[in-house]
Amino acid sequence: MIAAIVLCCSIIFFLQFFVPYCRSLIAASSNHVLSPEVQDVTGLTSPASGEDFHRVVQLLRLCPDRPEDRGEIRAIGVYFSMLNALKALTRSIAPAVRTWVERELGRCTYFAAVALDRRVAFSRDLLAQQIEA
Amino acid sequence: MPGAASYAILFLGTLLEALVVVSAIKRKVLRKYFVLNLYMVLCLLVSWGRHYTLARDGFGSLNYRYFYFYTDALLTIVLYFSLISLYLSVFEEMKVGRYLRLGAVALLAGTSWFTYAIVSQSSHKILTYFAFELSQNLYFVGLVLTYVLWAAVLKMRQTPALLIQLVLSLGIYFSFFAACYALANLHPTLYSRVSVLFPVVGCLLPLSWAYAFWRVPNEARIAPARLAMAGVSR
Repeated sequence: MIAAIVLCCSIIFFLQFFVPYCRSLIAASSNHVLSPEVQDVTGLTSPASGEDFHRVVQLLRLCPDRPEDRGEIRAIGVYFSMLNALKALTRSIAPAVRTWVERELGRCTYFAAVALDRRVAFSRDLLAQQIEA
Repeated sequence: MPGAASYAILFLGTLLEALVVVSAIKRKVLRKYFVLNLYMVLCLLVSWGRHYTLARDGFGSLNYRYFYFYTDALLTIVLYFSLISLYLSVFEEMKVGRYLRLGAVALLAGTSWFTYAIVSQSSHKILTYFAFELSQNLYFVGLVLTYVLWAAVLKMRQTPALLIQLVLSLGIYFSFFAACYALANLHPTLYSRVSVLFPVVGCLLPLSWAYAFWRVPNEARIAPARLAMAGVSR
């Protein structure tokens, strides 16, 4: 009985930490201005839409991997899936929650676009270093 | 014997622990978050010790098992004090450090006493079982304390983004372990399956701390209320 209570509490606490953690990662990238190239490639509108998330992530996978942002992209991917599940659950019962979820999905897309922008800049620096060498 | 994947995860975890300390030195926050970095250094040493014992005595040996559980209890205690050091950072301006330290020691003593009271009734291998149980109980105590700390941080107007990420990643780590232990207690047969996840989850804390030290600027501040579910503004 106690183990079941501890398990329930742990799962609730986990969500209470995981959601703000993902939002803190997203907040850190929300002030980043995307380069014109990434804006062109992704075709993101303002505000970004959650529907573009998978396309931006696919573009992200085409770029050379950066180990330092891998964990964050994965965490946001999990957060995105959780939000999609919430969107499906609240489709007809809570329109206000749905609006919030859609905004969050768009912010996830923007985060992925910022990660793409950073990877493109990283690849360029790498190429420039190789040419200099 | 553990397979190549286990060794790869162990190596990755060790690398990430070293990266946390290197990042903290690079960003000149080693002194500010000294206990957190001390925990990472201890993790490095323990990883080395476990690897040495594993290579010498084998996976199924008693030596390795004792070493594993005793060092796990030691690391959990140091992690508990890392959490208390985050409390001290958050409440620095209120000058309540002395009371926090006293409270932390009293709570640790209380948890140890509670663990001993349970263990002494149910096992003859008191010391080993005590170390194992103490780790589990401290994970839950740590989880509750992290939640209380996060609730306090949420009341603040502006908090360093670095501190927020450290607290939240610690909360995720504690809650995951507490959930795993609770699941294993509910269904003891699941312990061997759940314990496979421990090294993977163990990598998450150094990964998130390394990211926080490496990427989050020292001067960056966030209004924590914006991060809670209710705070929807961008």
